[in-house]
Order: sequence, then C-alpha cells, then structure tokens
Amino acid sequence: MTDLLAARLDMALSLGFHILFAAAGIAMPLFMAVSEWRWLRTRDPADLELTRRWMKGTAILFAVGAVSGTVLSFELGLLWPRFMQWAGPVIGMPFSLEGFAFFLEAIFIGIYLYGWDKVPPLVHWASGVVVAVSGAVSGIFVVCANAWMNTPTGFRIVDGQVVDVDPIAAMLNPASFQQTLHMTIAAYLAIAFAAMGIHAWAILRGSTARIHRRAIEILLPIAAVTALLQPLSGDLSAKQVAKWQPSKFAAMEGHWETERGAALVIGGIPDQKSETTRWAIRIPKLLSVLAFGDPNAEVRGLKDIPRDQRPPVAIPHFAFQTMVGCGLALVATGLLGVFLVWRRRVLGDTRAYLKLLVLVAPLGLVAIEAGWIVTEVGRQPWIVYGVMRTADAVTPMPGIVVPLVAIAAIYLLLGLVVFQLLRRQVFGPGKDGD
Amino acid sequence: MDYPFVLGVILLGALVLYALGGGADFGGGVWDLFAGGPTAEKQRELIATAIGPIWEANHVWLILVIVLLFSCFPLAFAAIATALHIPLTLMLIGIVLRGAAFTFRTYDRNDARTQRRWSRLFAIASVITPVMFGVCVGAVLSGRIRVDRLSGDVRTDFVSEWLAPFPFALGLFALALFAYLAAVYLTVEAQTPDLRRAFRSRALAAAIATGVLAWACFFLARAGAPIMHSGLAGRDWSLAFQVAVGGVALAALAALWTERYPLARVLAVAQVTLVVLGWGFAQYPFLIEPDLTIHNAAAHPAVLRLVTIALGIGAILLLPSLAFLYRLFKSPREAA
Repeated sequence: MTDLLAARLDMALSLGFHILFAAAGIAMPLFMAVSEWRWLRTRDPADLELTRRWMKGTAILFAVGAVSGTVLSFELGLLWPRFMQWAGPVIGMPFSLEGFAFFLEAIFIGIYLYGWDKVPPLVHWASGVVVAVSGAVSGIFVVCANAWMNTPTGFRIVDGQVVDVDPIAAMLNPASFQQTLHMTIAAYLAIAFAAMGIHAWAILRGSTARIHRRAIEILLPIAAVTALLQPLSGDLSAKQVAKWQPSKFAAMEGHWETERGAALVIGGIPDQKSETTRWAIRIPKLLSVLAFGDPNAEVRGLKDIPRDQRPPVAIPHFAFQTMVGCGLALVATGLLGVFLVWRRRVLGDTRAYLKLLVLVAPLGLVAIEAGWIVTEVGRQPWIVYGVMRTADAVTPMPGIVVPLVAIAAIYLLLGLVVFQLLRRQVFGPGKDGD
Repeated sequence: MDYPFVLGVILLGALVLYALGGGADFGGGVWDLFAGGPTAEKQRELIATAIGPIWEANHVWLILVIVLLFSCFPLAFAAIATALHIPLTLMLIGIVLRGAAFTFRTYDRNDARTQRRWSRLFAIASVITPVMFGVCVGAVLSGRIRVDRLSGDVRTDFVSEWLAPFPFALGLFALALFAYLAAVYLTVEAQTPDLRRAFRSRALAAAIATGVLAWACFFLARAGAPIMHSGLAGRDWSLAFQVAVGGVALAALAALWTERYPLARVLAVAQVTLVVLGWGFAQYPFLIEPDLTIHNAAAHPAVLRLVTIALGIGAILLLPSLAFLYRLFKSPREAA
C-alpha cells in the first residue's frame, strides 16, 4: 500500500467514524432538551426517565465524538502538512469559531450531566439548549471549512505564493450554505430515525415502559419534517455542485457525454475504460433539470474533463445512489408515520410500523457516510478543488499504514463498546419499570 | 499592532490554562493508577468526581492551541506535525483512550471487574499522554527540527529529534508536574481527613520528583537543547525567574507540610503557571528553534487581525461560561 493511499484511508476512516458521533452530538442534545422541556411542563416521570436515558447516551456519544474530533484536527497536519501549511490560515476562521462553539458545548454538557442538583431546573434545561445550539453551530463551522476545499475562494496564488487572503470570503464560499444546510438536516434526520428504531425495537421485544412510546412521539415529527426538507436541500446542493464542481457532478451521476437535455442515470456500472455507464436506467432530460432547472441545459460530461483530473467514477456514483435511496426510504417512512397518526393510530401499538422503523434505523447513518464519500472521493484527485492535488499534500513520513492499522483497531474497539453501552442504557432497567 | 506577538501571548496563555486544567486531569489519572492503602477505592471515586464535569472543557484548550497554531503560524504547525508524527500519534492515542475509558467507566456496569478494566486503561492513557506532550515540547526546544522558511520543507528523520534523553526527561517532568498539581487540587477537594492525608503525601512525593526532574532537564538541556540552555542561563531575567519558581515551589511544599491546603493550591497554580511562562520566555521569539520565530512563521496580517478579533469576541462568551462551570463544581462550598 502506498503512503498516499494509507493516508487517504486513515483520513477516511477517521472522518467516517467521527461523523456518526458528531451527528449524534448535534441531534441528541436537541431531543434531550425537548424531552426535558416536557418533563418541566408535565412532571410525568416517563419524561424525566427518557431525558436521563438520552442524556447518558449523549454523554457517551459526545465523549467519543470529542476525542475522535481531536484526532481529526491533528491529522490535518499529521497526514496533510503541505496542505495545512498554506491552507491553514485561509480556513483558520471557521476552525477558530468552531473552537469556541465546541468550548461552550463542552462546558455546558458538564453542567448538564453533573448539575441536576446544583442549578435550578430552568437553568439546567437552558444548559441543554446551549449544548444543542453550540453543537449545531460547531458542526456548521467545520463543514464550512470542508466546503472551502470544494469551492476554494478568498485568496489568490501569485508566483506560487498565497496572497490577498480574505478569511471571511473563504469561510462563506459558494458551497458553504448548501453543504452546511444538508449536513445539519442530515444529523437530525439520521439520529432521529436511528433513535426511533432503537425504541421501536424495545417495544417489539415486549417492553411496556412508556418511555419508548414517548420517545417515538417526540422523534416522529422531527424525523418526518427533516426527511421532507432533505430532498429540497439536496436539490440545492446538486445545483451548486453542477455549477461549481462539474467533475464531481459528472462522476456522481455517472455522466460521460457533454450534452444538452442530459438524461438522469440511475444505477448502472460506470466503466472508466470504455467511458460509459452500463446497464443503467436513463430518464431523458431529467439530469439537465436537476442540475440547472432547465430540460435543455448543457451538462458537462466526464469525457470533457482531462483524465488526470477525473475522480474515480464508480465510488461517487454508487455512494450517491445509496445516499438518495436511503433518503427516499426515510421520506416514505416519515410520511407513512404522519399518515398513521393522522388516522389516529397509536404508533406504539402498530407492530408493522415499529418493524419498519427498526428496518430503516441505520439508513440515515448510511446516507451520511455515503454523502461524505460523494463529497470527498468526488473531489479527487484534488484536496483543494482545482488548486492542490491530494498527492502533493501528503506527509513525507513513511509507513503511514502503521497508524492506519492502529486507528482502525482502536475505533473498532470503541465502536463495539459504545454499541454495547447504548444497548444497556436503552434496554437496561429504569425507574419507569421496564 | 504586533499581531504575531499578541497571538503568541494568547497561545502561551492557552497552554497555561491547558496545563492547569487538562494537565491536572491527566495527573488525576496518574493517581488512579497509584491509588493504594485502605482508602484506594475512595481515592478513585474522588478523582472521578473531581474531573467528571470539567475534563471535556479543559481538553478544548488543546484544540484551541492546535487551531491557533495552524491558522496563525502554519509553517510551525506543518513542521511540528511532520517531524513529530510518531510522538504526536502516540499522544493522540492516549487522548482517545483516556477520554473514552473515563466515560465508559462512568456508564458501564458497576461490577468490580468492569470498573477495574476501564480504570486501568484510563490510568495508563493518562500517563502516556503528558509524557508524549513533554517529549514533543522537548523536541521543539532541541533545535534539531530544521525548517526551510521559504518552501516549508522540514529536514527530519522522524525519530532522532524526539528519541533523545532531553525530550524524555521533559516528558517525565511534565508527568510529575501534572501529578503534583492534581494531588494538590485533590487535597482541597477531599472530604475526609484520611483522604486528605493520602493526597498530601502523594503531593509531597510528586513535588520532590518534579524538583529532581527539573534539575535533570536543566542538566540535559546543555547538550539536548543548547540554544534554549544558553538562553536560560545567559539572559539576565532568567536567574531572577528561577529563584521565583524555586521560591514558590518551596512555599507550596511548606503549605502542604503545614496542611494549609487552599494556600498550597494557590501556590501550586502559581508554580505551574510560572513553569509554562518560563518555557515561553526561554524560547521567545522562536516557535521552533532555530529557524521559525513568531514573526517569520506568521500568517498573513489580515488573518491574524481577524483571528484576534474573533478570539476577543469568543472570550466574552467563553470566560463567563468557564467561570460558571468552575464555580459550580469547584467552589469552596463544594470542597467543605
């Protein structure tokens, strides 16, 4: 394995692991704060018990998210020093602001976890709200930095030197809005469905505790609304990518010929040698509509992009289809849930729907992973689109496969332990008589 | 305004706070490892109670240091991350395992075997991390990491810069210093006389180890970090400075000996603050001796200005929140 490949896998693994915990760190505090607000209003012990269980889950997920995020901030330099050497100052602004948001999050989660008897109930609840808000804000800042790698702005390169650095323009680059919107919604969406699946599973296993039904009551509206919003946000993202990152767009769509009235390619296997996508379903003109809102718009194909500037096509294409497929399944599940509630069905007693919730529980998380694969692999061979190649950014340090294996082993262990602990927290005995 | 200087001061300030907060959390892990005697389990409980609510906030100082380094002094960040890849990775593994094990212990089964397993991992990771942190600092001070200022290329074999007596002496010094600080904090936070005595004797032992290792570092610096060594020995403020650190250290020892714990805590905080500031003064104006200074490694002035403003605005939100956190969990009422 080359050091470049090892470094890329190391980064991919670290990001892919962290993003799940980061998403939970964004969404869980909101759920927890909603549930605590209900407890303050109703004084129903089930609300308190649910809040406490979600809090414990949040504590575990947040801690692993915090340390795996630390790994990433170091790895930017450990793996890509030649990138950070010039890009560090350009994207330092969102990272600095993220530092503060994360600081507030860490302070108030300490108060929230350990302060039940030390602060008045409203202050306690407000601490949870601060955690929820600063978690979302910190995620937004980090995604802004990533967006800059996709659509780099706010600097000029003259004679190999970076000049005219405008950190604000870099932070508010053309991809920032679409990417942060898409990721923030994704966090609530994926974690809401994942949590609903776990609670549905508990009911199906025979738990009569009210907390599980209460959880689904709280989560279904969040899940349904975010599931409906996400395709709209995805449409904004697609249009942005089509305009600013044509090679990524062509790769994720498996689109080879530059043409007007381009067809949407669904499924199929992209073949880089023959420059075609085989065995795909093609819907005429739809790609032009999705890319530019005009059935006759011209969409650039991969053939128009020099071979040494093309991303590997199959990976972003499959990942993109996976993301969209998972997302649509969640839209359908959310709509069905709303329909059932509207028909006055009690979801907690509708076993078929509970089974469906268990089935779709992982799909949001899968969609997040797939979406990041589209973003990151689709940008290759660039680390900064059109400006710096990933191969030119990698550290001269040899033997990167060693830290790759070490991190993989540690993350595997952490993942298994977290899974086990969450299971205990959800299914373990509680005050509500499980 | 001399922005590189301002940001250098902020960086040093963040390192002081990281040492006082995060350093002591690692020190707590050391005492988890060395918990013993009839109160061993009580010692572990006290350590967990002491660091539980605050360790995550304390940890963020390190993130802030990293972010400031790559935003404002990118050449130094890239050079350190390249040459010190191995010790930094070991430190990261320590950070991950420490935080994860501590949290897992809190939320896993309460039986003795499970708890002991996480305790052991938490404690060992708490030892590795500060040692590796000190090793990295030692390597930066050694003058062996050479950087081409124009290209940013680093001349390094990835090993010899840090695998040397001086960096490791500094690593052990950092470990002893943090353990000492933690033990002094814990004498104040202990609720019973026997616990207080246990941490008093640990603090005294760690204080002696810290003193011995400080001399060892100074002795090894002659060959291991010649530029800094001549700086420390040669500059006219340095003798006064060393007398001040020594005086505070002795006063802290005396306060511990006479069981004036709150006073000992103030003096230990002063001592650690002086040590970190002394490190800053000793290498000023260098970030990496002898090629990178805060001025020649600084990013574009526009960036430095904005980051300074952002830090100022951020501090308005951050400092009161941090004060609130500490008042809730570390106020005298809490300790009484």
